Amino acid sequence: MSNELRVPTMAELFAAGQEPEVLFWVGCAGSFDDRAKKITKAFVKILNKANVSFAVLGTEESCTGDPAKRAGNEFLFQMQAVTNIEVLNAYGVKKVVTACPHCFNTIKNEYPGLGGNYEVVHHTQFLKQLLQDGRISMEGGHFKGKRITFHDPCYLGRANGVYEAPRELIRKLDAELVEMKNCRKKGLCCGAGGAQMFKEPEKGNKDVNIERTEQALDVQPEIIAAGCPFCNTMMTDGVKNKEREGDVAVMDIAEMIATAEDL
Amino acid sequence: MAYLPQIIFGIVLVFGIGFFAKNVKRLSRNIKLGKDVDVSDNTQQRWKNMIRIALGQSKMVVRPIAGFLHIIVYIGFVIINIEVLEIILDGLLGTHRIGLKFLNESLYGFLIGSFEVLAVLVLVSVIVFWIRRNIIKLKRFLSNEMSGWPKSDGNIILYFEVVLMCLFLLMNATDTAFQSLGSGNLISQYVAPLFSNLPESTLVLIERSAWWLHIVGILIFLNYLYYSKHLHILLAFPNTYYGNLKPKGQFKNLEAVTNEVKLMMDPSADPFAAADEDAADPEKFGASDVTDLSWVQLLNAYTCTECGRCTSECPANQTGKKLSPRKIMMDTRDRLEEVGKNIDANKGAFVDDGKQLLGDYITKEELWACTSCNACVEACPVSIDPLSIIMDMRQYLVMEQSAAPADLNNMMGNIENNGAPWPFNQMDRLNWAKEE
Repeated sequence: MSNELRVPTMAELFAAGQEPEVLFWVGCAGSFDDRAKKITKAFVKILNKANVSFAVLGTEESCTGDPAKRAGNEFLFQMQAVTNIEVLNAYGVKKVVTACPHCFNTIKNEYPGLGGNYEVVHHTQFLKQLLQDGRISMEGGHFKGKRITFHDPCYLGRANGVYEAPRELIRKLDAELVEMKNCRKKGLCCGAGGAQMFKEPEKGNKDVNIERTEQALDVQPEIIAAGCPFCNTMMTDGVKNKEREGDVAVMDIAEMIATAEDL
Repeated sequence: MAYLPQIIFGIVLVFGIGFFAKNVKRLSRNIKLGKDVDVSDNTQQRWKNMIRIALGQSKMVVRPIAGFLHIIVYIGFVIINIEVLEIILDGLLGTHRIGLKFLNESLYGFLIGSFEVLAVLVLVSVIVFWIRRNIIKLKRFLSNEMSGWPKSDGNIILYFEVVLMCLFLLMNATDTAFQSLGSGNLISQYVAPLFSNLPESTLVLIERSAWWLHIVGILIFLNYLYYSKHLHILLAFPNTYYGNLKPKGQFKNLEAVTNEVKLMMDPSADPFAAADEDAADPEKFGASDVTDLSWVQLLNAYTCTECGRCTSECPANQTGKKLSPRKIMMDTRDRLEEVGKNIDANKGAFVDDGKQLLGDYITKEELWACTSCNACVEACPVSIDPLSIIMDMRQYLVMEQSAAPADLNNMMGNIENNGAPWPFNQMDRLNWAKEE
């Protein structure tokens, strides 16, 4: 099996007079964070396998401005947004898929008011659609019967009401989906949102990611499934803090599907 | 002289309602101190939300015990108040149980009987509520912001309800004519024997006293609302109507900033153009005081009944940080009241008192502890949005005061310089595709 990823850029396709079906918005974490890059690659492997015509912006992509906006810097957010929208509109982008719920939320909800109107889907929604259309088939063998709990990313769940797409994918892997004490609408934050990822937490008696990891470990999962690169980092840190990295893995749903497919 | 009770009743009623009207006027004036915001869209959806969330109590039952008991008290409150209509008519017209003139005995009995049953259910619920607050001491009623007046307020409301319900039952039990009807005294028939040895005149005295105290109590309660968290029984309706209809993750884009950004990005803008003389002063970014917030946010503050569901769901609060979304709402209301009183004391104009919401009420430490996870917004049974206030205040801190934590300044510097929150070169964004 070839390990070579096919990652066309919008610029290349544009030069060749082609238009992809969907733009894959990689996001900063997906581009630069070592852990998140694995999620990016897993998702691309699935796209390649399913022969999805997609492209990335590559070096033309820039931060959506989400952390700046949540930190209170509306000015920087709008500068980023307007610049990104110019690039996206220049390429005539109609549909965007991203593996980051923060990028997803910002582009979907906050870009339209600034002139950026696209159909935006989270990668779990996109994967669910591929499955429904028969473009990928999921062999559950690898995860069959495994106890998996799903951590709802705030910006996917509460913020945008997407709760079922990731869960359906987990069930399709023949895994045993177990829910934490706080799930879906009542899901507990991992502690990274609202620009917390980039600062030290305020004084308290515990870190939020530890609290959430404890909730996850309470249901004795073999895998904590995530759908956000930041949640992934926070939960991975939490599992390490509890010295459980030997028997509990934190995986993005795209990674699980890529593993199941032996990609 | 025969008309004296009616005259006294009329005067009491006019004073009670007049005072309440004055408070409503003050309330509405204070809320209008907020910035204007357009909420005229989607009227159909808004009505639906109000009916489902406020009238239908749909979010109360997320916590089944409190939700169920609350629904009993709520239904009891609404339905038993039909009885108040009769009391008012009797009081003004000098009649006794005027309902019997309009309705046949069995229907009247059915109505009063239901009120009596509800009164007992309300009594039981209110006692359970009191136990939860004072004996079981549920954590969410014990936070720092719940000491002093908020704690007393919560209990005073419960005492009010107990007294009103007892007076209602006492009034029925000592009304011999009503008892002899034999229908409608579902509960009071068991109270009546306690008074069976008393002479008729004493019974009348007790009945009249209970009747008067009941109606006066209700009027006092009506006027207590403005000073209490109990205002939610009225404001929950407009508040759910004006609640946010957009996805919770969608934060508003500041128009003032959009205008600036567009100007900056416009290649044909003349960088040396003289400032427009007529142009208004640039708008203040974000919020440092209540008058920078929107009127919906101020309505939110008056609607808050301090139940603490928001705070108990807040990840920052759960892990011991200072942030409590409930306190954000309580502080906003307290400061708004202070501003309102200042305006009243200074003949209608606010005189700078050297205080503001930011710093004097809400600290930076609270604001920076928020993860913007929307758990508080989701938890609120009456569609209050504490997160929007936190975000508006962060905007003020960052855009007006450059007072972000150093780590966040680094992050923002990185975004400005290389388009990512970390110091990586934008030209390296696609390197992952070539890495093993």
